Amino acid sequence: MANKPNMRSGRPPMKKGTLKRLFQMLFKFYPVALPLTLLCILFSAVVAAIPSIFMQKVVALVEVSLGSGSTWSAVSGQFLRLISVLLVFYLASLVSSFAWNRMMAIITQGTLKKLRCAMFDGMQDLPIRYFDTHNHGDIMSHYTNDIDTLRQLIAQSIPQLISTAVVVISVLCIMLYYSLWLTLVVLLGVYLMTFIIRGVGGKSGKFFRRQQEATGKMEGFVEELMNGQKVVKVFVHEEETKKDFDRFNDGLYDDSRKANTFANILMPILFNLSNVLYAVVAMVGGALMLAGAPNVSISCLPFSISIIVPFLNMTKQFSNNISQVSQQFNSIIMGIAGAQRIFDLMEEQPERDEGHVTLVNACENPDGTLTECAERTNVWAWRDVKADGTVTYNRLTGDVRFQDVDFGYSEDKTVLHDITLFAEPGQKVAFVGATGAGKTTITNLINRFYDIQDGTILYDGINIKEIRKADLRRSLGIVLQDTNLFTGTVMDNIRYGNLDACDDECIAAAQLAGAHDFITRLPDGYNTMLTGNGASLSQGQRQLLAIARAAVADPPVLILDEATSSIDTRTEAIVQAGMDALMCNRTVFVIAHRLSTVRNSDVIMVLEQGRIIERGNHEKLIAEKGEYYQLYTGAFELE
Amino acid sequence: MLKTLLKSLREFRKSTIITPILVIVEVVADVLIPYTIALLVNEIKAGCALGTIVRYGLILIGMAAVALLTGWAAGTTGARAATGFARNLRKDMFYAIQDFSFANVDKFSTSSLVTRLTTDVTNVQMSFMMIIRAAVRSPLMLIFSVIMAYRMAGSLSLIFLVVIPILGGGLLLIATRVMPLFRRVFKKYDRINESIQENVQAMRVVKSYVRENHEKEKFRAAAEDVCADFTRAEKILALNSPLMNLCMYTSNTLILLLGSRAIISSGGAALDVGQLSALVSYSVQILMNLMMLSMVFVMITMSMESARRISEVLTEQSTIVSPADPVTQVKDGSIDFDHVNFRYSEHAERMALSNIDLHIRSGETIGILGGTGSSKTSLIQLISRLYDATEGTVKVGGVDVKDYDLDTLRNQVAVVLQKNVLFSGTIKENLRWGDLNATDEELVEACKMAQAHDFITQFPDGYDTHIEQGGTNVSGGQKQRLCIARALLKKPKVLILDDSTSAVDTHTDALIRKAFKDYLPDTTKIIVAQRVSSVEDADRIIIMDNGSIDAVGTHKELLASNAIYQEVYESQKKGGEQDGE
Repeated sequence: MANKPNMRSGRPPMKKGTLKRLFQMLFKFYPVALPLTLLCILFSAVVAAIPSIFMQKVVALVEVSLGSGSTWSAVSGQFLRLISVLLVFYLASLVSSFAWNRMMAIITQGTLKKLRCAMFDGMQDLPIRYFDTHNHGDIMSHYTNDIDTLRQLIAQSIPQLISTAVVVISVLCIMLYYSLWLTLVVLLGVYLMTFIIRGVGGKSGKFFRRQQEATGKMEGFVEELMNGQKVVKVFVHEEETKKDFDRFNDGLYDDSRKANTFANILMPILFNLSNVLYAVVAMVGGALMLAGAPNVSISCLPFSISIIVPFLNMTKQFSNNISQVSQQFNSIIMGIAGAQRIFDLMEEQPERDEGHVTLVNACENPDGTLTECAERTNVWAWRDVKADGTVTYNRLTGDVRFQDVDFGYSEDKTVLHDITLFAEPGQKVAFVGATGAGKTTITNLINRFYDIQDGTILYDGINIKEIRKADLRRSLGIVLQDTNLFTGTVMDNIRYGNLDACDDECIAAAQLAGAHDFITRLPDGYNTMLTGNGASLSQGQRQLLAIARAAVADPPVLILDEATSSIDTRTEAIVQAGMDALMCNRTVFVIAHRLSTVRNSDVIMVLEQGRIIERGNHEKLIAEKGEYYQLYTGAFELE
Repeated sequence: MLKTLLKSLREFRKSTIITPILVIVEVVADVLIPYTIALLVNEIKAGCALGTIVRYGLILIGMAAVALLTGWAAGTTGARAATGFARNLRKDMFYAIQDFSFANVDKFSTSSLVTRLTTDVTNVQMSFMMIIRAAVRSPLMLIFSVIMAYRMAGSLSLIFLVVIPILGGGLLLIATRVMPLFRRVFKKYDRINESIQENVQAMRVVKSYVRENHEKEKFRAAAEDVCADFTRAEKILALNSPLMNLCMYTSNTLILLLGSRAIISSGGAALDVGQLSALVSYSVQILMNLMMLSMVFVMITMSMESARRISEVLTEQSTIVSPADPVTQVKDGSIDFDHVNFRYSEHAERMALSNIDLHIRSGETIGILGGTGSSKTSLIQLISRLYDATEGTVKVGGVDVKDYDLDTLRNQVAVVLQKNVLFSGTIKENLRWGDLNATDEELVEACKMAQAHDFITQFPDGYDTHIEQGGTNVSGGQKQRLCIARALLKKPKVLILDDSTSAVDTHTDALIRKAFKDYLPDTTKIIVAQRVSSVEDADRIIIMDNGSIDAVGTHKELLASNAIYQEVYESQKKGGEQDGE
């Protein structure tokens, strides 16, 4: 199981009420089954406490019969009666324990599934900002670590806690029934035990946390080194690397040895303390009895053998339960922390969408106006419902305008200044500039991954804030530098662009992108399974698939962010024809650091530190002999 | 497999042996305690003097002390042995990986090696601890308890002979039924987590194509599936505790009934009341330990898979090792390929290199050009014996590379890899990978040659600037120049740049090549590139196509005669006189 320790710097402070909230949620999920299960646990625990009382009765009966010298046949009826009552309890306990164990399995797994789905659903609606600002490993640990700790909490700790509480309380009552003084002795011993639990258990918990940290550190080191393993070989650096590894490894050994030592010794200490407690109670009880000391108890019985013997059994049961619950101590704390992190993720603010303009299929009337229609017509229109209830349709053409746009990822740091640009339908606009100049940021604004702080962006004359995000994004195709593919067949991956596309349409898109050739050479052609982000393909092949995916979506506006960066110049020449066909009749935004890719754009924008410093077509910019000319002749580095 | 793993015990062998011995002593004390308690109870019943109670009490405390001390000691040595074993396993694996050749490294993926070093070792560590503690304790407790029960109650203890097989068999049945289920469910569980990771990484794509609902549906189906399987497995597992209770209740009832009868009919001679209650606590002990044993069994079986994965790394033989009597001097930088064929693995259908016959003089500058997949990188990797040629020989300085001591060869043949990596640490620390004892002046000199000195000194911390993991805080071009400087510090006889200036602008690229020419006249320089401008001034240019040499010649010759060279030249010229890639 994926039980990787995660590195969480600064766990959020424990919020109050997490446990309460967890229970509320459990009750909401299982309004009947959960109370029933809890009842069964309670019942099982009570029933489990009863046999020890019964045993006392049996023992007492034996003593009496022995004292009176009666034969077995004379008393056997009494015994059988007692034992059949016992059997009834046993049977009830069996049934209820069978019931709660099974129900708990269903409740636990059902709850975890519901939580997983709720988290995943919520996560899909979070803004891109969340994913940009949170470590992906940390997001993942909600689904792995936190869910695991929660399973432990629900399936084991809670039932254990409930039954222990029942046993402890009932045993305490019975002890008080027999003798206050001896009860005090036991409580004193238990008090001592809780000290040890807190001390030793706390130490072990501390070192387990440190062990997790050390594991994380070692994992980081190993991962870095493994990725650079070939460099290590080339530089004959194996021995130094081994030494570095030993440092991390020894640190981890140290922490994990201490953590395990404390965890290992806790049980023998508690177990034997309870033995000592037993002996002490026996001695104190014996002394009190022989001294004829007055007893204080509910039963008002004087100290005698019939008090001390059952009391000793109680002592054992009481202290054993305390040590058992101590085992759950750490997992309860961790489970609550895990639940809290899960709730936190579910409470993250989802992406807000106040847009009301929607994208619909349209038919063109002979007079040039548009009407909405249900089937796919390849004519799209923006449907806007005005305040007075009138509905207007605007043809989707792909006209994008930026007016005085300012933007920063955080309030205080503006990364784009005064961006004004326009792309008419069918135009190709290129962005050129060094890393960090703001090229990708501009494309993040068009599809509203981020919202601008000042200025306006118009799409076919409509402010993009008024367009429903889903419809806005559907009208934009995007191919990114880091290609992400999904586990599934090649065909599935292409179809991701348009779930309604038939096989032929997908193949046509692949042909357009120049991906058809290599796909047919794969072992299973279009049915080849891709896993691990298409690990079996080269980066260039992945990019071709991403282009095919965009092609099948057939959007009026296309954004290509370094889409061909990993395709070598010779292959690019082959892809170029497909790309040209793909870009034909669409508004295209291109980002590329290979200048041959941007050369035939209608407009080239040169960006520097968030500002457009030059704009014009290739010939004009070359003639100006400015920044573009410098870049183009290779006098500057682009990356 | 276990033998391979146990070799890693070494200094922890002593702790490993002592732990079970301590556990045995602890068990003896643990078993004697209820026996003594039974005696004590009887003494109290018999109305003994306080002195007797105190004596028994003290004996009890003494035994508890012994049990405590041995338990404590066993806990300590057990933790030491198990975590130490884990430490050595990690160490041995990591050392083995360091000695892997490129071919070995290719075989395992990075993430799988990391999992083997962490999760798998943790699993083995936990089982190992169980083996030396719980797996000793539980059966012993079981046996001792049965013996004590027999000694006290004689034939009455025959009850256990019936109950133990029933419970044991039942638990085993549940375990074996549930284990394959769990194994399957964990695999599914891993897969679902992988798909979440995939989704998180591809969030931009998901949102761009407005596929949130599609993803939700996909996930829901997978989650339902995992949940159904998990529930099925846990439902079977949920039978464990009722079964255990059933056996315990049955034996308790029988003991009470038959025990009482025995006491009464024999008038307390065959069995007494104290023994009866001791018998009940033995029965609990016996069944608890049986339960524990079945858990140990499950844990150990589950960790076998981890053990197998670890031993796979430990037994992997490095495909490339130094010969027995190695050559430790490289005469000069000449390189000869004599009819070399090469493929990456025996199973590969295609030769990566076929019939390479190439002779490079010491001090020559060679350019290598060709499309992706033309095996440029494969060719140069044979020179420093990162892979072995399948047929034919590769010679450096006139000696077969297989005859060299590996360290000697690789120190003299410096390769700047295409997928290059800087490590977290300062620039200085990274540069010293080339030469641990390099003086600061030497570092500066190498950086000047690689045209890195200027940008380094512009950083506020200069040569002490901290490089983030993966070198993310320097640009691609800067990273490449640092990697070149690092290789230069080795002062090699052969320097190979595998597409190492692709992100460097053409002007700087030219300066680097000029520095090589001026300062390293005797070093053989091999430059693999995509850009014509990077190789056009080389002494000879090799055109690779589909694993073989298409042509060798100077820029002028190739431009006049070679179709591939002309095509590449034209396409880059069209993109600008010098493509600013």
